[in-house]
Amino acid sequence: MSALTHQPSTALGSRGPNALLLDGWAMLGRHLQRTRHNPGLWILTQTMPVTMLLFFGYVFGSALAMPGAEYRAFLVPGLLAATAANGIMNGMFQAAQDTHRGVMDRFRTLPMSRAAVPLGQAAADAVTTAFGLVPLILVGLAVGWRIEGGAAEALGAFGLLLLFRFATTWIGMFLGLLTRNEEAAGQLGSITFMLPLLSNAYIPTEGLPGWLRVVAEWNPISAATAAVRDLFGNAPVPADAAWPVAHPVAGTLLWSLLILAVCVPLTVRRYARSGR
Amino acid sequence: MTTTYAVLSEGLEKRFGPVHALRGLDLAVPEGTVCGVLGPNGAGKTTAVRLLTTLLAPDGGTAHVAGHDVSRAPHAVRRHIGVTGQDSSVDTELTGRENLRLFARLHRLSARAGAARADELLAHFELADAADRPVSTWSGGMRRRLDLAASLVTSPRVLFLDEPTTGLDPKSRRRIWEAVRELASQGTTVLLTTQYLEETDQLADDIVLIDHGRAAVTGTPAELKAAIGSYAEVVTQDPAALAAAAVVLGGLTGGEPALDHERLSVGAAVSRPGLTLPRLVREMDAAGVPVSDAGLRAPTLDEVFLKLTGNTAAASVAPDGADTGGADTDGAHSEDAGHAEDAARTKATKTGKAAKTRKTRKTGKDTERRAA
Repeated sequence: MSALTHQPSTALGSRGPNALLLDGWAMLGRHLQRTRHNPGLWILTQTMPVTMLLFFGYVFGSALAMPGAEYRAFLVPGLLAATAANGIMNGMFQAAQDTHRGVMDRFRTLPMSRAAVPLGQAAADAVTTAFGLVPLILVGLAVGWRIEGGAAEALGAFGLLLLFRFATTWIGMFLGLLTRNEEAAGQLGSITFMLPLLSNAYIPTEGLPGWLRVVAEWNPISAATAAVRDLFGNAPVPADAAWPVAHPVAGTLLWSLLILAVCVPLTVRRYARSGR
Repeated sequence: MTTTYAVLSEGLEKRFGPVHALRGLDLAVPEGTVCGVLGPNGAGKTTAVRLLTTLLAPDGGTAHVAGHDVSRAPHAVRRHIGVTGQDSSVDTELTGRENLRLFARLHRLSARAGAARADELLAHFELADAADRPVSTWSGGMRRRLDLAASLVTSPRVLFLDEPTTGLDPKSRRRIWEAVRELASQGTTVLLTTQYLEETDQLADDIVLIDHGRAAVTGTPAELKAAIGSYAEVVTQDPAALAAAAVVLGGLTGGEPALDHERLSVGAAVSRPGLTLPRLVREMDAAGVPVSDAGLRAPTLDEVFLKLTGNTAAASVAPDGADTGGADTDGAHSEDAGHAEDAARTKATKTGKAAKTRKTRKTGKDTERRAA
C-alpha cells in the first residue's frame, strides 16, 4: 500500500451565494446520477398522470355533460398542473427518506453551503419533471388535445409549470423534514393527491356551490391550470372567477413566489437543525 | 509547556429528554496523537463524536477542534475534520467513484483534481475493481473503507472515527487499523471510539475510558494495562476439585477467585507479578486439580470497567438520575473495585484532571462502606 498524498483543503470560501450555487450544482448532479442508476421509480411516477388521463378521460368523460373529446382536451392542462403540484408528495417522500441516510451526516460535516442540499434536490426534481411531462403531452395529443396558441406562449406554459413544480417541492421537503418518517409522508401524500380534486383541474368550477367555488379557485392549482389553458390557447380566462384564476399567469407566478418565500427559509433552517 | 491540542473539551453536556448522555466530558487530545475513546454501548461515545464534529449542539461546556469553537465557528471546524460515523455515511445509490467525486466537488477541488483524488483513494483502499458499481452492492468491509476514504478527500487535521471496525471481520478490521496507523504516522490527529480494548491497544497513544458520559480514566495503554493486570482462568473436569483450585488460584494471583459451577471453572484477576502459565498448571497439578484448560488472558471490557470504575459495563446505559444505583450493584466485587479505584485515582491524578472529582467522591464512598 503506497502512502496517500497530502491533499490540502482549498482556501475557497464556502459561504455566500457563489458557494450555494456551486454546491447546489454538485447536489443536482448527485440527484440526476441517482435517477440514472435507479430509473424504475421515476418511470413509475411518470406513468401516473397518463393513467389518470385515460381513466378520467374515458370513464368519467363518458358520464359528463361535456362531450368526451372536449373533456379530455379540458383535462390535459389540469393534469399538467396537477403533476406540477405533485412536487409536494415527491419532495416530502425524498426528504423523509433522506433524513435516515447516513450521507446526510457527512454533508453536515463538510464545509459546504447548508442550503445546497435542498436546493439541489428541488432543481433536480424540476429537471426530471421537464422530461416527465413529455409522455403526458404525447398521450394528450393522441386523445385530442392541441396546442392552439403560439410557440412563445407554449414555452411560457412549460416554464410556469416547472416553476410551480419547483415551488411545491419546497413545501414537500419542509413537510418531509418535519415528519422524518416515510410512512407518514406516504399518508400525507395521499392527501396531497386529493388537492387537484378541489380545483378547476378536473372539473369546471362554475357549477360548484358559491363557497366551494371560492375555495377551489383560491387553490393555487386552479391558477396554474387556468394559466396553462390560457397559454396553450385551450380556453379563455373565466372573467368572473377569483383573482388568481382571472389573472392566471400573474396568479401562478405570485403563488409560486409566495410558496418559495415561506418554504425556502423554513426548509433550510429545518435541514440545518435536523440531527441537532 | 506548549502542547497544542487538536481536540479540547471542557465540561461537555448533552441531554436527550430524560437521558443525560454527556455529564461534563473533558477531553484533551494533543496534535498528532491517536486518542482511543473506550466505553460500552450508551456510555456517550457517539454523542461525544457528534458534538465534536458539529452534528449536535452541546447543552453546556465548550469544545475546540483544530483550534475552533464547535459552537461558535462550526464552519471553520468543518474545514479541518474528517468524520466516519457508525452508519454508512456515503450515498449507497451512487457508485464508489461518484461518491468520492461528489465529496471532492463539495470540498471545492476542481473536476480534474477531484477525479484524480478519487482514483488515488480507490486504489489506496483497494476498491478500484468495484469503483463503478453502486455502493449498495458492496460488502460491509468495502463500505467502511469507502467511508474512511470519503473522510480523506482532503487531508483532515483531525479525523474522527466512530466505532470504525464494529461488525467487521478480522481481515477488514486489520485493514482499517493499517490505514489509521499510516495516517497517524503522517501526523493526522485521530480520535476513535471503540468497544474493543484490543483496538485501543493496537492504535491509541492515549485511552479515555468513558463511563456515564464522563471521562472516568485517562492513560496510555501501558498504564491502563498495568492498572488492570491480566486474568487467570482454570477449567477442571472434577466438580469436587473446584474449591481446591480456587484456593490455589487465589494464592497465585492475589485476586478474589470467582467460581463458575456450570463451566467448572475458576477465574481471578492477577494482581501479583511473575505468574506464568506453566507455573499455574504445575501448582494446580501439585494440588491434585485435574486441569482440562487454563489460560492467562487480557481482561474483557466488562472486567476493565468493573476494575477501573466499579461499574459493570452494562450499568453504563442508564437514564438520568439512575447514576448512583448503577455503581457497585454487586456487593461481592466492592472490595476488588475499591482496590482498583485507588490505582485508577492515582493514575487519574497523574495523567489528567478529567476524572479526579468523580474518583475521589466514589472512592470516598467505598472507603465508608469498607469501614462500616
